[in-house]
Amino acid sequence: MAEFKEIIMPFKNTPGGIIQAFHAVQKKINYLPENAIIDAAEVFGIPVKEAYGVATFYSYFSIKPRGKYIIRICESAPCHVAGAAEIIASLERELGIKIGETTGDGKFTMELTECVGQCQATPVITINGKPYAGVTPQQVAEILAEYE
Amino acid sequence: MINVIIDGIKVSAPDNASILQAAELAGVKVPTLCYHPDQAIKANCRVCVCEVEGLPLLQAACSTPIRDGMVIRTNTPAVIEARRTILQLILAHHPQDCLNCIRNKNCELQALAEQYAIRENPFELMVRGLPRDTSTPSIVRDPDKCILCRRCEYACSEFQSVNALGLENRGNHAMIVPSLGKDLLESPCVMCGQCIHACPVGAIHENEEIDEFLAAVADPDKIVVTQMAPAVRVAIGEEVGMATGDMDMNVLVTALRQIGFDYVLHTNFTADLTILEEGNELLKRVKEGGKLPMFTSCSPGWINFCETYYPDLLDNLSTCKSPQQMFGALVKTYWAEKMGVDPSKIYSVSIMPCTAKKFEAARPEMNSSGYRDVDLVLTTRELGRLFRMTGLDFSRIAPGKFDSWMGAYTGAAVIFGATGGVMEAALRTVYEVVTGNELKDVNFTFARGMEGIKEAEIDLNGLKVRVAIAHGLANARKVMDQVRAGESPYHFIEIMACPGGCIGGGGQPITKSNAKRAERIEGIYKEDEGLLLRKSHENPEVIQIYEEFLHEPLGHKSHELLHTHYHDKNKKFL
Ligand code: SF4
Ligand code: SF4
Ligand code: SF4
Ligand code: FES
Ligand code: FES
Repeated sequence: MAEFKEIIMPFKNTPGGIIQAFHAVQKKINYLPENAIIDAAEVFGIPVKEAYGVATFYSYFSIKPRGKYIIRICESAPCHVAGAAEIIASLERELGIKIGETTGDGKFTMELTECVGQCQATPVITINGKPYAGVTPQQVAEILAEYE
Repeated sequence: MINVIIDGIKVSAPDNASILQAAELAGVKVPTLCYHPDQAIKANCRVCVCEVEGLPLLQAACSTPIRDGMVIRTNTPAVIEARRTILQLILAHHPQDCLNCIRNKNCELQALAEQYAIRENPFELMVRGLPRDTSTPSIVRDPDKCILCRRCEYACSEFQSVNALGLENRGNHAMIVPSLGKDLLESPCVMCGQCIHACPVGAIHENEEIDEFLAAVADPDKIVVTQMAPAVRVAIGEEVGMATGDMDMNVLVTALRQIGFDYVLHTNFTADLTILEEGNELLKRVKEGGKLPMFTSCSPGWINFCETYYPDLLDNLSTCKSPQQMFGALVKTYWAEKMGVDPSKIYSVSIMPCTAKKFEAARPEMNSSGYRDVDLVLTTRELGRLFRMTGLDFSRIAPGKFDSWMGAYTGAAVIFGATGGVMEAALRTVYEVVTGNELKDVNFTFARGMEGIKEAEIDLNGLKVRVAIAHGLANARKVMDQVRAGESPYHFIEIMACPGGCIGGGGQPITKSNAKRAERIEGIYKEDEGLLLRKSHENPEVIQIYEEFLHEPLGHKSHELLHTHYHDKNKKFL
């Protein structure tokens, strides 16, 4: 588990460093395993329950293993009204998983998110942070193909 | 001082007072849920809202500081309406389960629902349907009932420094969970039950085992024997409508017989015995250069804490079992022999102020009698329920006497129930053993009271003994860190897991404030003062058990039955 400490250490003396440290861990493995949380608690000198609180407070952290590509569907009002539900249905059909799940090959995870600031063309999804605006259900397969 | 007007009443309050505190001074009652008198302000429930002249929005009374000339109204229709809506929102996420709830009639949410005449709820009922956590033998979590006030978390982290509980997620998905979202047993929880006292509702409670007791009483083959800890008497009255400390010991003895105990004995007997074993152990360590400082070992929450957070200091713990477990080991050996009964038929029940005792009794090593030494642990609250269930009228119960061989006790045993009591009791005996002189004044008042850490240097005819007393695990932690750093000046340290000692134990009648703990402590010292014998080594039955059975403190039999060893819990996350 030394690897987590190595990732976390550089943020030790930064204010709010634990959040940056968690981002750094997630960049490597897409989620925050228990040992990363335990190590962070040790590095930042806080109880594990607090580090766990931080890890579960922000929706962009996940404590469950996630796929290589994280698809996040915006569920804020404008996207919702523009038909986010149909995009979700289409993604679920294509990938055979539901929101919060990961495909069997560990490739894709589906999650909901709040407004990502791309409301000029709704609905919006992001894949590993890359936004796709004004998505239609028909485009879904095409977008996914980019990640084959 | 600052002057404000609350509901037309002029009142001056300290500069930093909140509206809530000022209202209290004015004699105006404002409802609260997340507020706790001994904790920091959390202001997350909003049920305390009031109107402040000049401010457009209602203000939370617990978190709003007063300003000079403030005009506050706590009971306008708008305020009442807002509070009712807040209560309805909470209740819409709450199981409608009062009839079956362990906190029925002793619940802050239920009381407010009654007070605000909540009859129906415009909001849709949405209970999360979360599973109960029954992983420990002591504490049960029922997260569906949690109102997220975070009072338990504060008690666990700030009073106890255990950090077992924390917040998970946020918004609608927020939950109070044991660390890393595990169950309590896996978390660093030491089962002290202080979170139970903090919780306004039934979301954390003791593992109730009344049915096991009733089944044992119903079984004609079982000889049901009880021992009762000293802290129980001062508090049990609160469960049956009496004032703190008012329950008469001898009336209590009869009441215990009436609910079905065949023999009523007293943990105080083994408390006195503990003093002889532990006092001699201390002297031995001092003389022979053993591990010092020596820590007391009667508080199982403290033992769990030491095994969890200070496994490197386990050798400093006295090897003495707790009085409960000494009693358990003796009742199925010494007592059974004296009474001529088959130990396999004895069902030994202890009545304790403590939730951690349930865990302690279930430890696999606690079977030196050849059986499980203590079969069942009931808390003071559970005893209260049994009393209410059987409809006893305490005003009409004739006083009774404890049964023999393990029922006699001295004032030194009584004070085990309060922080500092074990230390004081030990000093009363150690003084006489070391000096050979009679101790004229048995009162070591430095040891008494609610101060977090107490210390003194005692002169035993030239032998100087430095002692410290800590209660509440956050205080214990301070003392322990000093020991770990090699900077502890003490020879002997008493540690009790619960604030105030056993009288504030996790199994006592729900105790919201430290003020109640102080009241119970008074009852303890009053009882001690009223007794003729106040030194453990003068207990006639203790003298007798050494003559007939144990032969000497720390002897062979003692080691077999009265002493134990401790284990690193190897908890992976703290
Ligand atoms: S916690 Fe209180 S309000 Fe909730 S069911 Fe129990 S008694 Fe009723
Ligand atoms: S029983 Fe004690 S240690 Fe366990 S969660 Fe409650 S307060 Fe914390
Ligand atoms: S368990 Fe009880 S004390 Fe803890 S947050 Fe929930 S309601 Fe409050
Ligand atoms: S609402 Fe969906 S991106 Fe802003
Ligand atoms: S009591 Fe004031 S906000 Fe909860």
